[in-house]
Amino acid sequence: MIKLVAHGSFVAAARQWLVMLMLSFMAGLSMASEAVPVAEDPELEKRLVNLAENLRCLVCQNESLAGSRADFANDLRREIREQMRANKSDDEIIEFLVARYGDFVLYNPPLKSTTWLLWFGPFVLFLGGAVALMLYLRRRRSQITESPLTENQRLQAESLIKEINKD
Amino acid sequence: MMRFMLPLAVFIILVIFLGIGLTLNPRQVPSPLIDKPAPTFQLQQLHDPDKTLSSTENLGKVWMLNVWASWCVACRDEHPLLVELSKLGIVPIYGLNYKDQRDTAMQWLKQYGNPYTASIVDADGRVGIDYGVYGVPETYVIDKEGIIRYKHIGPVTVKSLQDKILPLIKELES
Repeated sequence: MIKLVAHGSFVAAARQWLVMLMLSFMAGLSMASEAVPVAEDPELEKRLVNLAENLRCLVCQNESLAGSRADFANDLRREIREQMRANKSDDEIIEFLVARYGDFVLYNPPLKSTTWLLWFGPFVLFLGGAVALMLYLRRRRSQITESPLTENQRLQAESLIKEINKD
Repeated sequence: MMRFMLPLAVFIILVIFLGIGLTLNPRQVPSPLIDKPAPTFQLQQLHDPDKTLSSTENLGKVWMLNVWASWCVACRDEHPLLVELSKLGIVPIYGLNYKDQRDTAMQWLKQYGNPYTASIVDADGRVGIDYGVYGVPETYVIDKEGIIRYKHIGPVTVKSLQDKILPLIKELES
């Protein structure tokens, strides 16, 4: 009898525990459904972040469109998301943004005649430096003339070396 | 003497470039829309939601499009100037009410004066994106053919009106 009572209370406890577990599980579920908008389409979000990381937020210029919390960045992310859903390619989306905001939205400036200095300037400077260094070294070499020591100087040097070795 | 000339020349050129770079305002991003047709829109009017305004209605006249919002502090700076300008009747000013609430926007105009021939409502900022708006206020001058001829970023000032906007409007009108 005692055993039965004990068993009964065990069942009650187990049932209570099970209800708690289900409740907490359901709470977890409802929380998960609240977070859905971000992860609605993880594939698309990933593509969005990849693209937006290379785009500048014009309001907060040192942040990318992917990282910025500015309202402006939000709007542009929404726009990009919509265009991605409409099956636009990344290039088409970039073209859309550049047409409105200029090359400045791109962190990677395009190669064109106005950006030649930007792209090739460092290499030109480097080449110029290398050429200048070579010319300088060559000129210096021609300036150095070999002048052998006289007998006297040689003897003096030898005695100095000997003195040092003695210590 | 000559051996110092070349490095000095290089240094001076560098200083000039850096000097120019320092005086540029990074907030003034040149708009690629200058000399391009103004993006079309058809939007509800602020004071009468039943009426819409489309950008094509303004073809044949020079007009200004001023992007504003009641939440925008800098808009308050330029507003008296726009009110004055509208009284002169030189150019119709249209307002693009950007990402705002209708009632607060109307309240704001009641309080500070309404320089706009009409204000249109861009509640979610989509037309703003088409116009390359990234801050408020911004002001566009659009010519008779519907081409954007000038974009002013930030509050309009007396100086920008005198030096740039009014001469341009005069030129476009003729």
